[in-house]
This record gives sequence, structure tokens and C-alpha cells, in this order.
Amino acid sequence: MPKPHVYLLAALIIALGISHVSDKIDPYHLDVLTGIGINIILAVSLNLVNGFTGQFSLGHAGFMSVGAYAAAAFSLFVGPRLLGSAGGTAFQQGCLFFGALLTGGFFASLAGLLVGVPSLRLKGDYLALVTLGFGEIIRVIIQNVEFLGGALGLNGIPPYTTIFWVLAFVALSVFVVSCLVNSTYGRGFLATHDDEIASEAVGLNTTHYKIVAFVIGAFFAGTAGGLYGHFKMTITPTGFDFTKSVEIVVMVIMGGMGNTLGVILAAVLLTLLPELLRPIAEYRMIIYSLLLIVLMLVRPQGLFNFKLGKAKT
Amino acid sequence: MSEFLQQLLNGLSLGAIYALIALGYTMVYGVLRFINFAHSDVFMVGAFIGYYLGKLVPENTVWGGLVVLLAAMLGCALLGMIIERLAYRPLRGAATLNVLITAIGVSLLLEYSGQVFFGATPRTFPAVFPSANYAFGSLVISSNQILVIVVAALLMVALQLIVYRTKIGTAMRAVSLNPKAAQLVGVNNDVVISFTFGLGSALAGAGGILYALNYPSIDPLMGVMPGLKAFVAAVLGGIGNIPGAALGGLLLGTVETFVNGSQWSTYKDAIAFAILIIILLFRPAGLLGKFTVEKV
Amino acid sequence: MNSFFSFVGARFPRAVTLLAGTVILFTLTACTREPDAITLGHYASLTGKDAAFGVATRKGVLLAIEEINAKGGVLGRPLAYLVEDIQSKQGESATAVKKLISRDKVVAVIGANASANSLEAAPICQNSQIPMMAISSTNPRVTEVGDYIFRICFIDPFQGAVLAKFAHTSLKAKRVALLTAVNSPYSVGLSAVLRQDFTARGGEIIAEQKYNEGEKDFRAQLTALRPLKPDVIAITGFYAEAALICLQARALGIDVPFIGGDGWEAPQLIELGGKAVEGTYYSTYFSAENDAPEVRAFVKKFSARWTNETPEAVSALGYDAVYLIAAAMTNAGTTAGPKLRDAIAATKNFPGVTGQTTIDEKRNSAKAAVMLTVKNGRSLFFESVTP
Repeated sequence: MPKPHVYLLAALIIALGISHVSDKIDPYHLDVLTGIGINIILAVSLNLVNGFTGQFSLGHAGFMSVGAYAAAAFSLFVGPRLLGSAGGTAFQQGCLFFGALLTGGFFASLAGLLVGVPSLRLKGDYLALVTLGFGEIIRVIIQNVEFLGGALGLNGIPPYTTIFWVLAFVALSVFVVSCLVNSTYGRGFLATHDDEIASEAVGLNTTHYKIVAFVIGAFFAGTAGGLYGHFKMTITPTGFDFTKSVEIVVMVIMGGMGNTLGVILAAVLLTLLPELLRPIAEYRMIIYSLLLIVLMLVRPQGLFNFKLGKAKT
Repeated sequence: MSEFLQQLLNGLSLGAIYALIALGYTMVYGVLRFINFAHSDVFMVGAFIGYYLGKLVPENTVWGGLVVLLAAMLGCALLGMIIERLAYRPLRGAATLNVLITAIGVSLLLEYSGQVFFGATPRTFPAVFPSANYAFGSLVISSNQILVIVVAALLMVALQLIVYRTKIGTAMRAVSLNPKAAQLVGVNNDVVISFTFGLGSALAGAGGILYALNYPSIDPLMGVMPGLKAFVAAVLGGIGNIPGAALGGLLLGTVETFVNGSQWSTYKDAIAFAILIIILLFRPAGLLGKFTVEKV
Repeated sequence: MNSFFSFVGARFPRAVTLLAGTVILFTLTACTREPDAITLGHYASLTGKDAAFGVATRKGVLLAIEEINAKGGVLGRPLAYLVEDIQSKQGESATAVKKLISRDKVVAVIGANASANSLEAAPICQNSQIPMMAISSTNPRVTEVGDYIFRICFIDPFQGAVLAKFAHTSLKAKRVALLTAVNSPYSVGLSAVLRQDFTARGGEIIAEQKYNEGEKDFRAQLTALRPLKPDVIAITGFYAEAALICLQARALGIDVPFIGGDGWEAPQLIELGGKAVEGTYYSTYFSAENDAPEVRAFVKKFSARWTNETPEAVSALGYDAVYLIAAAMTNAGTTAGPKLRDAIAATKNFPGVTGQTTIDEKRNSAKAAVMLTVKNGRSLFFESVTP
């Protein structure tokens, strides 16, 4: 078996192991660990779009939101019909949850397609704004749809997310993104990032790669959204706004664009830091924003970028 | 019919405010090719400067109002120049992405510091200018609305004069065309860029005061939505183009007002962004902008 | 996976040390507090767009705790207070409450203001058997989560019925227009009930215009309503927008009475609205102008503690929440979850500054609603309404 597949299997086994001892872990710590996992999936999936393919997307939270709502709607409306009023066995619930996550991912990737296609002609700042715009449009649409709860959102979502599911999807997303990018096919992403015009000149279909990046990135963001919804049990449209997108972008930048391990470490750091700063709650965000500025000034290639020589941004 | 006219009037005065903020965005983008996310928060600081100063001058006087307006413009100009010097200048020449993130950082810093130091509760902005409502039949317009339109127009004309008739304006245009060449012919880029930021921020400050006069409830997060809308307006008119910003602002304000009064009012924000996307897809240079071909 | 190998070969830079340090610090966080104290947890938005409500609530809560401790605490033990900021963000309430319960071992949780946040935290409190007292969450679903979840405020159906009756019976309105803040579940819920009840009484809702909380310009919506000539216009959102709407409406020549709910109750309403809010009516349970001795005492103590500030509705709710829970603890004789819950559920005619409060069988607070009117720059009692 090729090495990455071995790692994936090992990761899944470790995930199973951790979930067995999970009731011995303090619920708050477990909560934060789950949050870290979800953020890693978001950051790694955005890294495919921003870091590897060089498409600056500021609307990732929009994909997360589509996924969260689709998955929650599946569990809340389709679930009872499939499981019956008794609620089903743990195995049946697990299957339902997996189905819900796939539904979330699917609808999110549709959204990714919708956003990716028009964005093809745009670069840099303009692309960032269009993706931001799409994120906001998604939010407004969801807010206006009655059966999705409107402003109050959806609540009473069954708490299917366990640490196993989160870690499993973390492993899966890292596996997919890493394998994709390190394959021969995946060189196309990096080429698109490095120099689009030269890539086109040698016959590479950059359009294809950009769309694929958006769709796959959106798929995993959607599954992260589904995991999130079944974790917090309540989702609202305003929770997936521009600020959330920015938080994910910061993780990618801090990790070093195009650096999977760095992005994972950055996601961990940026989820833990606000928790540590709780005692000074009101000043928390001031410190966070100062950190952002200082980071860009002092180490723009990212905190965790260990590549010898300057990384390309 | 009179309702239509009233809505039109409402739209124009809202649009004038967007235009004022959009002018700042467009200027900085024109010279530096980057979106200053912190612009909307400088606008907020201007309103707060006016709030604290407004307590020191007597209400309802023209000279009091002018003092507050000028002080806010000056204060914001200084703030803008400080931000440029500390946060943006060290990143001159770095990838646009990094500067964009820094700008977001500055914006967040201003917002959250504002919440800590000014308090999150909305404050009431004092009526520093004498205010009255004028009615023409059922058509109503307030003096503050007229003030916005007049001041916005004056500032736009002043800006055009500065950019096209003064030495520093020529320098600004030179830097926006080609920074390296400008340096070669003796332009001090640092001074020009500082000046651009100062000017843009002064406009934001003026915008803040005029906005607060029309909508007297101010809070540290007041700049977020107007800033985003003003940015859409700047892009709509053609970013880097001064009359374009004004046109974009007026158009966006009017469209938004008509949507607001209709049954689709809850989709208003989505419509503003949809306009942005459509413009960027089909006419990226904006209504008045010139299309530039990208050379390899 | 290549980057993983190159990392292993590289030196361990400062960044990784920083990360490692953070992880270690995090796992070691423990709360140091007086071993004897009873800890009350509170989760609220202290930053972000809802901060105005969270900060105001905290002031009331803190005042109550300080007063109780000055008198010797509860069951002979001092109260310790721990507040967690939920940053006006979704997802934070769940984490905050988990931390309060599992790490800080709170005996009861106060919060939140917005229904969405309360709905997020409620299942956690229910599962941990820790009583939760929501402050201003008016959506009926909050207390339906479980029998450990209570609220100290009205619910939308009650207040909507109050407003409908008032508009129909006291103001004799037949045609009412609604102004709803669509991004506020409170406003959406209140408008829905008002529409239902007013129509059931034979009235007509002639139009509903929508706006977003946080917006400043409502001229478009008002201009659309002007030609329809409603008898009364109801604004079901919060005070900042209500004041601006009244200002702009008067400027546009709209003279009809405006009515609203408890979201209007704050000193800023009159400060901002000035003459424009004269003659408007709104329902509430608390008014800083109330002459009742306990309210006067509260207002005086509040402005002494918080430098001349007048308390707003949510501050009073926070104050009452603490006192109600403290009274329940005293009655139960213990702070253990199940007994405390029973004591809270049994509260009858608790003399709060937000009115005589009884916890009903749905764990909501039954209070009398009063209609206030603004006259000469003050909110004055107009009449009591029972729907």
C-alpha cells in the first residue's frame, strides 16, 4: 500500500482510539479539540484554493454555511423518516450522519461551482471581493428561507458529531488535499498559482484547475459545516459571515500558503489562543488583530513555513 | 408620483454619503492598487471625534458645525497617515494578499479598540449644525441631507482640482501610473503616498460627520456596512476614477432605496453584492473606468 | 506529505515552541477561586455587535452579586462570579458554557440575551443538570429544551398579545403597519404574534416593511408606508433603530402613534429620539422611572456603582436573575442541581425590580406588562395590560 494510504489508515485507527477514551476527557477540552479539528478541515480546504492554486477566496464561510444547513436539514427532515420514530440504532444513526455530511459536502461543492465559474476571469483583489459578495449573498438567501429557520436558524440538530468523526474527516481532508497536490495531475494547481499566463501558454487548462480547486475546497468546507452543525446543535445564518471567512484566511496565511503542515499548526494555534485569552476577554480581539498586523509585517511567509528559502506568496 | 420623487430624494442623499466614502477608497486604490479595508473604520473614528468635540461647541450653529467638521477631517487625516506609516509602508512591494490582511487587521483593531474605549452602547451624535426640515408639498428633505449633497459635491470638485491642477496631484497621478518611473523623475513616493492617505482619510472623516448628522446613533461598528457598500459604489463607478465614485455612490444609493421600499427589502444587501459581481464580470473597469489590457 | 518530512529534517523554530507552549498552557488551565465560594456562571456578548446588551446585563448581574456578598452571601458563603465573552458569535455559547460547567464548576448559569445563543447553550446545561436562567431570550423554544432551562423575561407570544390588545382596545386602531427587523429573531417572532393576534381581534395589518438591525436609514420603508395611512405603526425591534425610525418618520410628516415592545426600553431611546418619540407607547416590565421603592433603590444603587448611568431593561433582568437564583438557593438549602432547579421552578411572586415574578409551569416568567408612554422626555406609566 502506498505510504499516504498507510498514514490515513493509521490516523483513522488513532481517531477510533481517542474516541474510546473520550468520556474520560474533560468536556471543555473535548469541545476545544473538536473545534480545532473543524478548523483544520476548513483551513486545509481553503489552502487548496488560496495557497496551492493562488485564488484569493474570502467566501469560504459561505460554503461552510451551505454544508451546515444542508446536513442539518437532512438530519432534521429526512432523518426521522429513515430512522423511524424510535431513533434507530447507533449504527443507523452513524450511517445517517455520514449521509448528512455527504449531502452537506455535495451542496457546498455545487455552491463552489457556482462561485468558481464566474470568478475565473478575476484576479487578486477583485476575486476576493466577488467571493466575499457570494458569501454575503448566501447568508441573505438563507436568512430569507422560512423552512431553514430564518433569522433564528435551525436548532435541535441531533448531536451526532463525535471526536471520531471529526478526526476521521481531518485525516481524510489532509489525505485528499496532500495527495492531490503532490500528484502529477496536481502540478497543475501549483502551475496555475505560479504563473497563469505561462501555464496557459504551455497548454495547461487553468480554468479546469481553478474550478476543481473551488469545488473540492467547498466540499470539505461543507463537511466541516455539517460537523459543526451537529456539534453545536444550533446554526444561524449570521454565524457564517465575512468575519468567519477572514478567520479561516488568517489560518492559511499564518501557516504559510501552500504549506499543509503549517496550516494545520496554525489552525491549532488560532483555536487555542482565544481560549487561553479568556481571562482578558474584552481585550482578546484587540490582541488578535494586533497579532495579525505584526505577523504580516514581521513574517509574511507564515509562522510555520519551514521551507528553506522564501516561500512564494 | 410624489412617493417616487420622495424615494428618489432619499436615494440621492444616501448615495451622496456612499459617494463621499467611496472617494477615499477610489483614491487610495488609484495610487496604491490596494483596498484599504480600514477606511470604513477611519470613517467611524471621524464620527466619534465629532461626538466628543461636539460637546465643546455650542449646538445648532454653523461655525460650531464647521469647526467640528474640519477638526474631524484633520484628525482622520493624521490617523490615516499614521496607519500608512506604521502598517502599510513596511509592506510596500509585498504581495497584495499580505497588505490586504494587514488592512483587515487594522480595521479589526480600530473596531475592537473602539468598543473597549468608546463603549459598545450607541451614542447620540449632537446636532452641531442648525437643522430644519423643508417641505415642498408632500416632498420632505432635511437640511442635513442637503448639507451632505452640497459638501460631497464641493469635496469632489476640490479633489478633482487637487488631482488635476496641482503639483502634488500630478505627482499622485504619476505614482498611480508607474511608481518606479515617478521616482526616476524625482517624485518622492513616500510623501505622495502619505498625502494620498491623508486626503482619503480626511474625506472619510467628513463622511463620518455627515453620516452621524443624518443618523445620530453612532457606535464603533457603524462603519462596516456603509464601508462595504461604498466600496461596491467605487467599483461600480470605476475604481481609481473620481467622478466614477460619485456616480457609483448615487446609483447604488438610489437602487438600494427603491429596493428597500419594495417587498424585496430583505434582499437589499444581497442585491448590492449582486451588482458588484455583475459589474466585475461584465464591465470590470466600472461604468466610467477605462479598460486596461494586461500585458505579459 | 512531503512537507512533513522536510519539517522533520529542519530545526525547531520559535513558532513551534510557541505552539507547544500554548498547548501545554491550555491543558493546565485551572480556575483558582476561593474554595468556599458559590460560583455563578454568566455567558454574554461583551464584544462584537451585541456587546451593548451583554455589557449592560453584566452590570446588573455584578451589582446584585456585590450587594449579596456585602450582606453575607448565600447560605453563609460568598458568591463568586465568572463571565465568559461569547463575542456576538455563534458557536461560542456552547464552548463557554462547557467551560463554566466542567472547569469552573458553576452551580447555575445566567444567559444569554439572544435566543439563538440560549438555544445553543441550553442542551448542554440540561444534560449537565445545571439550571440555566436566560435573560432576554424571548423565543418560546428556549425553555422547551428541558426542565433545567428557565427565563426571567417575557416570551414573544405574551408580549405580542399585549401589544395587539393595546393597539386594538386602547388606541382603537383598525389598520396597523408593522416594521420588522428581519435579522433579529426577537423582532420576527414579535411581529408574527402581533399580526396573528391583532387580526384575530378584527383588525387589519395593512403592510409590513422590513429592515435590518444595525441599519440607519429607514426613509425608504417609511415613504412606502406613508401613503397607506395606517392608524398605528408598530416597530418590533430595538431602541436604536426605533428612535431613528421615529425621527425620520416625523421628518417625513408621518404623525401616527408608534408602538413597540420591551426592546425599546433603554435611556438611549429618548436621548436619541428626542421630540420624535414623544407620544409613543411601548410595553415593558421595567422602567427606570417607576416610582416603586425597590425600583427607585435599584436605580440609585446602579447609578452609584456605574458612574451616573441609568439602568436599562437588560440590566434589571440580570439583577433579578441573580437575586431569584440566590433566593432559590436559600429556599432549597443547597446548591445541588436538582434541588436548586426545583426551588427555582417553585418561585412565586418574587419581588423583582422587573415586577412580581412567578415561574410558570413552562419555566417562563409570568410578569405583568405595563405600557409606557414618552412624555416630556420621560417614560411614564400609561396603563397595565393583561391580554
